[in-house]
Order: sequence, then C-alpha cells, then structure tokens
Amino acid sequence: MNSIRGRLIAILIGTTGLVWLLAAAWIYLSTQAQVEHVLDARLTEAARMVNSLLTDHRIELAMAEGENGETAAPIFDMGQPYERQLSCQIWSLDGQLVGRSSGAPDTRLTDATQGFSEATIAGETWRVYTVENPRLGVRVMVGDSLHVRDRLVGDVIKGLLLPATIVLPVLAGMIWLSVRRGLAPLSEMAGTLSSRDANDLRPLPSAGMPAEVAPAVNALNGLFRRVDEARERERNFTAFAAHELKTPLAGLKTQAQIALASGDGAVQANALRQIATGVDRTARLARQLLDLASLETGDGPARSAREDISVAIGTAVAEMKPLAAARNVAIEVEHVGGQLRLEVETHRISPALRNLLENAVNHSPEGAHVRCRIHQNGGTVLVSVEDEGQGVTETELPRLTEKFFRGRNKSTTGSGLGLAIARTAVEQAGGELRLANRTPQGFVATLVLPV
Amino acid sequence: MRILVVEDDEMLLDGLTVGLGLGGFTVDSVSTCEDAHAALSAQRYDAVVLDLMLPDGSGLDVLETLRGARNATPVLLLTARDQVPDRIRGLDAGADDYVGKPFDLDELAARLRALVRRGAGRPTARLEWRGVVLDPAQLTSSHHGAALKLTRREFAVLRTLMERPAATVSRTALEEALYGWQEEVESNAVEVHVHHLRSKLGADFIKTVRGMGYRLAEEGA
Repeated sequence: MNSIRGRLIAILIGTTGLVWLLAAAWIYLSTQAQVEHVLDARLTEAARMVNSLLTDHRIELAMAEGENGETAAPIFDMGQPYERQLSCQIWSLDGQLVGRSSGAPDTRLTDATQGFSEATIAGETWRVYTVENPRLGVRVMVGDSLHVRDRLVGDVIKGLLLPATIVLPVLAGMIWLSVRRGLAPLSEMAGTLSSRDANDLRPLPSAGMPAEVAPAVNALNGLFRRVDEARERERNFTAFAAHELKTPLAGLKTQAQIALASGDGAVQANALRQIATGVDRTARLARQLLDLASLETGDGPARSAREDISVAIGTAVAEMKPLAAARNVAIEVEHVGGQLRLEVETHRISPALRNLLENAVNHSPEGAHVRCRIHQNGGTVLVSVEDEGQGVTETELPRLTEKFFRGRNKSTTGSGLGLAIARTAVEQAGGELRLANRTPQGFVATLVLPV
Repeated sequence: MRILVVEDDEMLLDGLTVGLGLGGFTVDSVSTCEDAHAALSAQRYDAVVLDLMLPDGSGLDVLETLRGARNATPVLLLTARDQVPDRIRGLDAGADDYVGKPFDLDELAARLRALVRRGAGRPTARLEWRGVVLDPAQLTSSHHGAALKLTRREFAVLRTLMERPAATVSRTALEEALYGWQEEVESNAVEVHVHHLRSKLGADFIKTVRGMGYRLAEEGA
C-alpha cells in the first residue's frame, strides 16, 4: 500500500522497535560487563578473605572444609536462583585437596596457579580466582559458575524486554491513532473533493490547514481558479458566438420567408441574393470565431511553425487576391529600406494580416489601392496596411478592437471581429496593433512587432 | 400602418423592410441610434421595431428617450439577447413586446398588428364599416360578404380610414401611412387611390372634407 499513513506507521514502529532493541543490546552488554566486574571483585575479595583467615589461623586447615561450608552460603546467598553461587577449594601446593566449601566440585577448579582463569568442569564453566599462600603451602581457589552469571544478565534483559512485548503493541496502536489524527486534514480534504460534482470549483478552505497541507490546498485552489476562469471565458465566448450568429440567422430566415411569400420575381431574386451574401458572411463569421477561439484558448494548430514576415505577407496577399479582384482593388506590397528578415509565428501573424487586408479591401472604393508597407524602426518591425476608404470617426476609433463592434462605415460582410482577432494575435506575439485615420482620407492599421 | 425599424444588420434590415412591406406595413428603416432619434422626432409611427445592440449605443437608450418625451408609440424589441433577464429589463424600460432572434416574419407582423391594435384601443383585429370588412392579418377584404379585390395601397387607405371611422384624415397623414421615405409619392396618389375605392365601394363611401382631408360617410348618410 502506497499510503503516507501506512508508511508513517511502519517507519515509526520500525524505528521505535529498533531503538528499543539497540537499547536492550546496549544494556545487555553493559550489564554483563558490570556484573562481571562486580562478581570478579567479589571473587577476589572472597579468596583473599579465606586466605587471610588461614594465615591468621582463625580456621585450621583441617577444619576449613567445615568452616567454609557453613560460612560461604550465608555470605553469598543472594536468593533462591543464585544460591550457592560461590565454591571454594583449598589446595596444597603439591596438589592435595585440603578443603572445600559445600557444593564445590571435588575436581580441581583450575590449573592456573594465580589470578583469574576459566575452566570447564563437568560441562559447567567456572570463573575462578586463585590466591597462593607460599607460607602455608596452599592455594585458595574461589570460583563461581558462569551459567549463573549469564542467568543474572539474562534476567535483567528479560525484565527489560518483557514489558516491551506488551508495550510495543500499545505503542503501535497509539502511533496509528496519532498518525491518523495528524493526517485528518488530508483525508478531510480528499473527502470534500471526492464528494464534489464537476461544476463545483469553489476554493477549499485554507484557514486552519497545517503548514504542510496549506501549499497543496493553495495550489489546488489556484488550479480551481484557473480552470474556472478558462471555463468562464469559454462560456462567455460560446454565449457571445451564439448571440452573434442569431442576427445573421434571423436575416437569412426573414429573406427566405420573403422569397417564399413573394410572387414578385424581382423581390424573390433580391431575397435570394441577400441569402447568398448572408451565407458567405455567416461562414466568415464562423471562421473568425474559430480563429478567435483558437487564439484565446492558446490552442492553435502547428503552434511551433514560424516563417519569415515577407512570406507571411505574401501568403496573406495571395489569399486576398480574389476578393480584391472582385472589388477592383489593387494590393501593393512595399519594403521600405530594403528587404528585412523577421521570423514570426505563423498561427498568430497570418490571421492578423488576413483580417487587416480583408478590412482594407472591403472598405476600399472601386479602383482604389491597398498598400502593405514593411519597415524597421529601431527595435521594432512595422507592418502597416493602408486603404483609401472612409476611415472611422474619432469616437469610434478606441472601440474598433472590441469584439463585434461595427462602426458607421461598415462593410456589408464585416462581422466586427477582424480587428479584435488582429489585436489578440499581435499582442500574443508580443507586439501591438495601432489604428489611425489617414489624411486626407483612408485608414491605416499597423502591426508593431518586436525584433 | 407606418412603422420604424431600427436594426444595424443590413441583411436583416433589408429583410424586415421588404417582408413587413409585403405584410401591408409602410416601413422606414434606420441602422443607428442617432438616425432613430431623428426619425422618431420627425415622424409619427404606429409602432417601432428596435434592435438592442446598435453601433452607436443601445436600443434601450432610444426607448428611454422616446418614453422620456411622453411618446407612447408601441415598441417591439428585437434582439439576439433574449434571456429572461434581458426580456424583463427591456419590458421594464418601456417596451411593449420582446422578440428574440431568429424569429418568424409572420409572427413578428402579427405581434406588430396586435401592438398597434392595442395602442389604438381596439379589441379585435378585424375592421368593419357599413358592410365592408378588412382583415389586416390576411390582407383580405369583403363587401357585404362578397370578396373585395383591393391593391396594397387601396387596402392601406381604407384601413387608415376605418381605424378611426369618425375622424377626418388629412391627405398628408394618408400619404405618410402609405409611403416610406424611400418611396416616390405622386402628388395626386391619394386622390387616385380614393377614386378607385369609390368606384369599388360606391361614391358615397368616402367623403371629401374640403380643405381637411377624407373621412368615412356615416350610416345612411
């Protein structure tokens, strides 16, 4: 399971257990060392005590067996499990067992003549301390069973680990609860989100969120906002487009009804002509709406395609030739100050050029010229499209790039979208669109493009 | 019945002018707020068809100016924005009816006739006077039950007179009801139409009020 909760619980329980085990190991080792140290000290002490008693003749060697047998037990009696821990033997230097404590084995505890040594007698390991008394000609050996020592250390560790086996599950439960509680804001958020329907893009409450979750909540809310804005734009656009299509549709329907109702051939012919023009216009409106939609949503075909500005202008002028020819308008392209080179994004600049040229041609009187001039001015390249039409009134000038705005001197096929498209496109390309009347007559639209 | 159409879409404006003309209306057409103001202050209309989105402003401004001048001419709003809030706003601004685009030409004509009828305080669409029955919706007429064949202009003259039977209608008023701005008016056009009507309905059906105009003769007069 790849869940934060699962991982957290596993990590916490694992590390806690590991720490516990390490602590137990450490305590085991240090207890063992301490116990060894203390018991070795006692061995030494006991051996010296017996030796000094022998030297002072407080006990006779002959009696040593009986004396030691009675004294050893009370001194080292540490309770039932550790009873008769010590065994004492007194050997003459020539190898005769002079005396031993009760419970001490008959065989010699060690072959060492002096100091600490370890020996195994009848399967039992002993730690022995030997004191030599040359004056009395004896060796005193005091030993204790390592088995007992180990049991002591083992009991300490058992005392430590036994609670752990009970505490560990409790600890695990508490860790589980804590993690669950700690991650509650996340599961709460997940619950809120999964119960939402697709249209609910309200921001998640970020107040009171833990610092670790807040960035995720903020990022999500930011995403919600962007999605909502995009959807709002789309909705507005769709509503706008639908409304704008209604007027030409109304015109088409009215003209169709006239054509059907009228018995007059001239009236019918006029209505049908209007319908044909209307269909062209509506088709152009649809194309422009698509251009605008693809610009606005940033979803253009062949986004990466670039070409030289001269090529783009050439293509746009060629596309406009049939319309210009029908209206007897000449389009001239002029490179001021020689041919210049500028790579432009085809999917942005082409619609802009096409719409500017189309506007110029549509607003030109019969036999007029449309001039497309390209020249460089410092860090910008200016592409201007000039016509000899009527221009616009000064009050209309600032409104020209509004979507669906159509001025007084509108052309019959205009949709009010051309300049909006041109402006959106050129601004996305990092430039701007300048519009002005020409003196004495005409209109000029200029694409200002960064080099 | 003379109406003003304010609409900035050329194809639709042409369609409305021709289509409503076929329906027996005399249509003046303009495409801006400015021209609408000028037309409304210069001419009395039986009804106005008003688009809302015009190049130099909103049709609602035209409507407000009209109502502000205490002009009660029936106004029908014709617009692509036909959501309920838009309709409410338009009607509350003083419009008498609201039609969304695209619309049916015949329905629009019927609504206009209804508006004009209500504006004139008449309960029924049909006009009757001394055995002559006019149906403005069907553009049909009858005389004592027999079908009466009238030209469009003759029908319009008779309708104008029958809408207010007791009143004297001046020649100018009749001309205005018959001809839009774009149409050439012969100086004696009204006399010609009245002459034709008299020959179809009897010489005494329409009386000439010397120096004033024309009115329908009383029963048995």
